[in-house]
Amino acid sequence: MEIPAIVGAGLVVIGAGIGIGRIGGSAMDAIARQPEAYGKIQTAMLIAAALIEGIGFAALFAV
Amino acid sequence: MFFVFNKKLTFAPILIRLTENQRFMIHQSMRRTLTLLLLTLGWVSYAQHEPLAQDEAGGDLKAKIKADIQHHLQDSYDFTLLSDEETNIHYGFSLPVILWNDGLKIFSSSKFHHGEEVAEAGGNYFMLYHNKIYKTDAEGTLNFDENHHPTNTKPLDFSITKSVFSTLVVSLLIFLLFSSLAKSYVKNGGIGKGIGRFFEPIVLYIRDEIAIPNIGEKHYKKYLGYLLTVFFFIWFLNMFGLTPLGINVTGNIAVTFALSLITFLITNLTANKNYWKHIFWMPGVPMPMKIILAPIELLGVFIKPFALMIRLFANISAGHIVLMSLIGLMFVFKTWLGSSLSFMLAFAISLIEVLVALLQAYIFTMLSALYFGFAVEEHEHEEAHH
Amino acid sequence: MEKLIEQFSFGLFIWQSLIFVLLLILLKKFAWKPILNAVNEREEGIKNALAAAEEARKEMQNLQADNERILKEARAQRETILKEARELKNTIIAEAKEQAKEQADMLVVQAQQSILAEKQAAVAEIKKQVSELSIQIAKKVVANELSIKGNQEQLIENLLKESNIN
Repeated sequence: MEIPAIVGAGLVVIGAGIGIGRIGGSAMDAIARQPEAYGKIQTAMLIAAALIEGIGFAALFAV
Repeated sequence: MFFVFNKKLTFAPILIRLTENQRFMIHQSMRRTLTLLLLTLGWVSYAQHEPLAQDEAGGDLKAKIKADIQHHLQDSYDFTLLSDEETNIHYGFSLPVILWNDGLKIFSSSKFHHGEEVAEAGGNYFMLYHNKIYKTDAEGTLNFDENHHPTNTKPLDFSITKSVFSTLVVSLLIFLLFSSLAKSYVKNGGIGKGIGRFFEPIVLYIRDEIAIPNIGEKHYKKYLGYLLTVFFFIWFLNMFGLTPLGINVTGNIAVTFALSLITFLITNLTANKNYWKHIFWMPGVPMPMKIILAPIELLGVFIKPFALMIRLFANISAGHIVLMSLIGLMFVFKTWLGSSLSFMLAFAISLIEVLVALLQAYIFTMLSALYFGFAVEEHEHEEAHH
Repeated sequence: MEKLIEQFSFGLFIWQSLIFVLLLILLKKFAWKPILNAVNEREEGIKNALAAAEEARKEMQNLQADNERILKEARAQRETILKEARELKNTIIAEAKEQAKEQADMLVVQAQQSILAEKQAAVAEIKKQVSELSIQIAKKVVANELSIKGNQEQLIENLLKESNIN
């Protein structure tokens, strides 16, 4: 039985989605705990999210 | 993912064309007035011009919307604002086609008659097929292989296409905006004046929040010009993509490739010894790890700009697809409820798109700054801490 | 992926790179440099102005302290001067009193002396007159007495006795 590539891509996207969701959630927690560090947390969050997003795109376009 | 939220706005093509198609609903003269009105209001966007079957059923409508979206995403050889399918008149202007094939060939894209005719230039014949130029004989014969790809030779194409034209106009706009801002500083004794002043805090934000923290106080000056330029370039093009002009520059892989290539070149050409040492001979890890890490790190050098390229391209083109699909839905649902719902959805999504336009420009700039920061980082002090 | 590669337009890539690099160079020269310079200058100016204000504030404080010090000194000086003056006044008054007293004493002494002298003069005068009177009386008496011989001798004797007593 052959699994279509798009299924794999979908799995990667699910993984990336969970990853970015966790980053966002953790960032919210961190901001709630330390509102004064808002800018730094946001920057770090965006960078991490962008890196995971890159993996997601790689999977999508590899199909 | 950002991907999901990306949509771009180009109402007019579908709007106009579908209006035309449902001509039983709107009287001929009334429709012309409407078209003109839309044109004057600037609501009119891009329309592509495939020969259309005159009698359309529902299935054709969906196929047509799909084709419209496909056409919108691709570059085009003329700048069409809208087209009247009934009379086959296209409102817009043609752009120069520049080909290199047996010498330089320059002619107006109007010669193609929107893909319907064979263009002749200097004894050679060219034909548009799926928005690409192929060299043909005088009759415009195209030979296909088994995969339905034309086997005709493609001439080297340096045409001023719609995207090139839009880029030129937007670049000119950016240049005029910021050079006038720069001049106003001199004239007003250090205080900016005019519209450009709105952008001054953004310039400062990029310097203080993106360049300095990521690159460092010592080296940031070298890169600041590029970061500022790339930010405003992407942002403005993204925003113009949301206007009904119907341009899609940043959702074009060649454009994002060019931008990320420049980031890649700047990163690696200005990198210091430390950067290369961290790639090929990672300090502070055991010997076998060094050997394993080297190819991974080296791959990372290429993956970083690649991700930059794909991210911008995917976000913007996905945005355009979703937005245009939602607009198309208005015409698929022929009930007021469905249409108004999809209108509201399209409206909300366009608002998100405005945010995404800024966010993508920010991320591109931010990540470029981060990579530059890696390239010039000096590890000596940090090593002691680890 | 193949679709992406197929979509890739080399002409667009070339134009795009060209336009972007041109824009980058032009903006760097005509926009970013002057804008950032102006902003830097302004920030520098603000920083300098703040520093100058701080300096001025400090100077002001110094000045105020100086003023206070000078005022204090002046007050102290005034105190001293007043004290000195008071002392001087007291001395002068005391001296004057002394002098006055001396003068008065002297006057009193002089008065006493002159009174004494007057008194002596008066006494002398009285004595003189008394003696003259006595002589005249004596003359008469003598003249009378002398007319009687026995008496004469006795009288002389008595007179001599009497004058001896004095």
